[in-house]
Amino acid sequence: MITVSEKCIGCSICAKTCPFGAITVMDKKAIISEACVLCGACVQVCPVKAITIERKAVSADLSSFRDVWVFAECEGEKLKGVALELTTKARELADALNQKVCAVLLGTNVKSNAEMLGRYGADVVYVAEHKMLEPYTTDGYAPVIVGLISKYKPNIMLFPATKVGRDLAPRVAASLGLGLTADCTGLSIKDGLLLQTRPAFGGNVMADILCPNTRPQMATVRPNVFKKVENPRKAEVVEVAVDLKEHTIRTVIKEIVKTATPGMKKIDEADIIVSGGRGIGSKEGFKLLEELAELLGGAVGASRVAVDLGWIPKSAQVGQSGITVAPKLYIACGISGTIQHLVGMKDSKVIIAINKDPEAPIFNVADYGIVGDYQKVVPLLIEELKRAMKK
Amino acid sequence: MEFVVLVKQVPDTTEVKVDPKTGTLIRDGVPSILNPFDQFALEEALRLREKIKDRIPVNVTVISMGPPQAKTAIMKCLALGADKGILLSDRTFAGADTWATSLTLAEAVKKLGKFDIVFCGQQAIDGDTAQVGPEVAQLLGIPQVTYVDSILGFENNKITVRSLTDDGYRVVEVKLPMLLTCSTPSSFEPSNPSMAAILKANKKPFEIWTAETLGGDKSKFGLSGSPTQVSRVYSPPVRGKGVVYKENIEEGIKKVVEALMDKKVI
Repeated sequence: MITVSEKCIGCSICAKTCPFGAITVMDKKAIISEACVLCGACVQVCPVKAITIERKAVSADLSSFRDVWVFAECEGEKLKGVALELTTKARELADALNQKVCAVLLGTNVKSNAEMLGRYGADVVYVAEHKMLEPYTTDGYAPVIVGLISKYKPNIMLFPATKVGRDLAPRVAASLGLGLTADCTGLSIKDGLLLQTRPAFGGNVMADILCPNTRPQMATVRPNVFKKVENPRKAEVVEVAVDLKEHTIRTVIKEIVKTATPGMKKIDEADIIVSGGRGIGSKEGFKLLEELAELLGGAVGASRVAVDLGWIPKSAQVGQSGITVAPKLYIACGISGTIQHLVGMKDSKVIIAINKDPEAPIFNVADYGIVGDYQKVVPLLIEELKRAMKK
Repeated sequence: MEFVVLVKQVPDTTEVKVDPKTGTLIRDGVPSILNPFDQFALEEALRLREKIKDRIPVNVTVISMGPPQAKTAIMKCLALGADKGILLSDRTFAGADTWATSLTLAEAVKKLGKFDIVFCGQQAIDGDTAQVGPEVAQLLGIPQVTYVDSILGFENNKITVRSLTDDGYRVVEVKLPMLLTCSTPSSFEPSNPSMAAILKANKKPFEIWTAETLGGDKSKFGLSGSPTQVSRVYSPPVRGKGVVYKENIEEGIKKVVEALMDKKVI
């Protein structure tokens, strides 16, 4: 329920703000039409606090919330890989519930991604295109998502735990009074509820979390935690008309800078990662790791220490405060294996550890360990690999 | 001008040990620290205050929610230079998830009356959710900028900050009031205040606010106000120990490469 109290002075700021064009001002009072989806954008801007939204306690009618939604993040016009990973997981959850998978695309010229989302299991794709939705801003995206949720009532909604997802999801959760579980490493259906598994205490324990009384049940998932698997169908595209105005976006973006080193393979997209830590000893030491990575067609990663010491850019950092990776092969060189590093790579299919210290914790998670100085071990490994790959 | 810094006292997760026999967490003896991201946020607030003090006088208030012993974290903030500390402490607040925590903190900020910039750390190292900052911003109805690693400018009631993205950064300008969450540069080492500063901190105003102080329906706080419920906590599954070659490295490397070829990893 949305109400406009007598405090309204008819300033029409709300009408200019509404992304769905649902407010008009007549006789110096705001009138809310049926186009209102309860996104709450007007409540935030009203200078006299005349607009209130009362949201029904959802516990009364949970069954009216259906379907598994995914926020399909784009980078410019291109879909991010994590969107397909989430869609794959959403398909699995939706099948267990006998519900649909719906993806949400926001931006400019993003509609063509709907086909790809369908290939990974989306039944419906909601598309909102507007020039104010590119690049991403909190104030542009949050009301549109809140509006869509209020209108279509999804049962579950998944966000990527990217910088954008982590900025957006809590904003949406707070405006609807919803629970939100961050960085889930497992999602499944248990007794009709979304069972959300996440590491806590720096990865020292795992917690299973439920959200029994609010809908949608919301969770974020880091890239590379789930695998993307095709499950093709033709997704129905639903275009959502939004009308955003410049003044509603309270943050002004002055400059966008990309610092990821061009030419360097990104670790979150690599099948094979060769990582270095304190034991590498210097910036030059990483050249040897690059040689190994190049031979395998992989990328070079690093522990936090190596990044802190300036040996390699931050974009290569694997771990809790860096990037979570799960490649086919992870080769850790001179990395002791702090818990913070382990949470970021322990789901790699095969782990090889190379370290001078036989007591290094990295050996506890490694499938193969070689005790020795990387300067001696890596050249031997390169030689052996070359020999084997020739065959 | 009023700056508010939201901080949390956290167990030093780098010191957490797991009992090798039972696989459970050994919580005893784990030191409590001021969340490093929050300390950096406080230092950013103090640096900005210093920079503009000739033009605009600034008050820095620190707010934390936690058990009575979380006072230690606030006292550290006061010793580092904050002017006033408020601890939200009440049994009713216990068991709060991010939503209930954000609601409690937002109500406290509102109760302060005027606020121009709310500073938060990007996340707490015990939960790593990064949710409380944006949720508080939404509840206060103010804009947010997350992952801010430096403040570039401040004038005419506007702040310009550098905000980290997945592949670089953005320079963003926002009108006050606003909330920012701070990312620590990788070179950041949390410092400890001097003895003299600690003694001085004891004379600064410190208050404890309860659910009563904040008012309203108590069921919105703590566990009863939390939409999420923890149903089970357990040790992560341990990966089976692999083969470690200590001597005859050449032979070991040969075996490893063979295995990789067999498993078609390469």
